[in-house]
Amino acid sequence: MGLQGTAAIVGIAELKPEKKPTGPEMFSIEQWAQLARLALLDAGLRPGDVNGLVTSAVMESAMFAPATVAEYLGMEVDYAEHVDLGGATAAGMIWRAASAIELGIADVVVCALPGAMTPQPPDAPPAMDGWLYGASSNAYGSPQAEFEIPYGNIAQNSGYSQIANRYGEEFGYDPRALAKIAVDQRTNACANPEALFYGKPLTIDDVLNSPMIADPLHMLEIVMPVSGGAAVVLASREKAAQTPHRPVWLSGFGERLAFKTPTYAADLVRTPIGPAADTAFGMAGVSREDIDMVSIYDCYTIAVLLAIEDAGFCGKGEGMDFINAHDLTFEGDFPCNTHGGQLSFGQTGMAGGLSHVTEGARQIMGRAAGNQMARCDTVFVSGNGGIMSEQVALILRGD
Amino acid sequence: MDFEKPLPVATATSKPFWEALTRHEVQIQQCADCQAWIYYPRAFCPECLSPKLEWKQISGKGTLYSFTIARRPTAPFWADEVPQLIVVVELDEGPRLTSTLCNVEEGDIRVGMRLQPVFDDVSGKDVTLLRYEAE
Ligand SMILES: [Zn+2]
Repeated sequence: MGLQGTAAIVGIAELKPEKKPTGPEMFSIEQWAQLARLALLDAGLRPGDVNGLVTSAVMESAMFAPATVAEYLGMEVDYAEHVDLGGATAAGMIWRAASAIELGIADVVVCALPGAMTPQPPDAPPAMDGWLYGASSNAYGSPQAEFEIPYGNIAQNSGYSQIANRYGEEFGYDPRALAKIAVDQRTNACANPEALFYGKPLTIDDVLNSPMIADPLHMLEIVMPVSGGAAVVLASREKAAQTPHRPVWLSGFGERLAFKTPTYAADLVRTPIGPAADTAFGMAGVSREDIDMVSIYDCYTIAVLLAIEDAGFCGKGEGMDFINAHDLTFEGDFPCNTHGGQLSFGQTGMAGGLSHVTEGARQIMGRAAGNQMARCDTVFVSGNGGIMSEQVALILRGD
Repeated sequence: MDFEKPLPVATATSKPFWEALTRHEVQIQQCADCQAWIYYPRAFCPECLSPKLEWKQISGKGTLYSFTIARRPTAPFWADEVPQLIVVVELDEGPRLTSTLCNVEEGDIRVGMRLQPVFDDVSGKDVTLLRYEAE
């Protein structure tokens, strides 16, 4: 069942995360073109080689995003896809691209996620809905508009706080273990000059002394959106043979969607990354012990804890002991988010999810900076959309 | 900038739920085919997709499944309400719903505590929100 592992990531591009963008503002389609150009240059492939593209929403067009992108890039493609999985979009793009390649529909596919603000029209007020309602829909007839938004159950902090409080009730809660996730990832970021928080070490006490945002979540356990962007080029075995880097094969994936609002989760603390990871490991034919690095979507420290447990790296309810007992840095015995994670590398909008893929690829290709692991052949990547509601697991492998 | 708090706009499907609240009653649907209790209101049963759903009056009582103490407003509308006590209530019939907790000290909030409805008639509007307090 599933992939044979004959499609590989062969090129990556990632803009340095910035709090305030220093370059000129670009529309989504312009950013798309810039990112595609950089990723194809990295892969040593030409635009004419591309016959597939995977996008998410573009700001300039609420409909027909893939065709809008294809036209702007001047590409005719045999495979185009629009992925809409929140923070799991990036990981979801990768398996769709690899599947298309294995099916023989396409042999070079570009996946890109612009992550910078787009220009606003000169004389119109900025659109407010995104700012007011976040990822919740306030459209008439939307369950969120009717049953969540009126109670203020909006944005991410509320749901992750509910998860953490429920977790604490069932398994106990060690704030220092959660803070250690952010601290170890910051150590990784301090070895990665591309990271937003490069050169800014962090201690557990710093995390626990940062303002409480929604109990028990502290400010330094929560990502801060910044500007950036990323792209990945995947290619068939034949095309990959012509590219300069060590190919990063996608050998397994799993996906699970379960709800939109966590109020309606079957179980708030046993999350859909469990079944997604089981599928991915089964498909790849590798075990948890084979994993050299985990690249886990880290919008919150509690999200990392739950993913480590539910993806099977330790038993349920043992995550805090596991984190305390292991070194999550790039030199440690359980390397996690070696780029710093989104918490310390930067959450570059939707591209933040792709940073987990690009970092996995970088480690396997041996192209990381001071944070390069001594040896890295097999990486577990997770994508997490919404509030642990949309989960994608990927297994990346080098030959 | 002044923000009017967003209120629910009833639909043809949900109208009985909101109308019951204005009478200070809680009604939710039950599937006539599989007997599943349903929240939020739907046109089709989320267990079996049956369209045969019946409105039933319930006590509205339940237990606290989990909670948020939001010290920063979750959106600008609630800047005057921090800390927001946003809760997930597990109704005695089984379904969970989102609400807020009233008449409680922060330190007394416990997962598993018994809860009962508080009918919050929004002033000047023909809408009642379903909030909760300790039973
Ligand atoms: Zn039914």
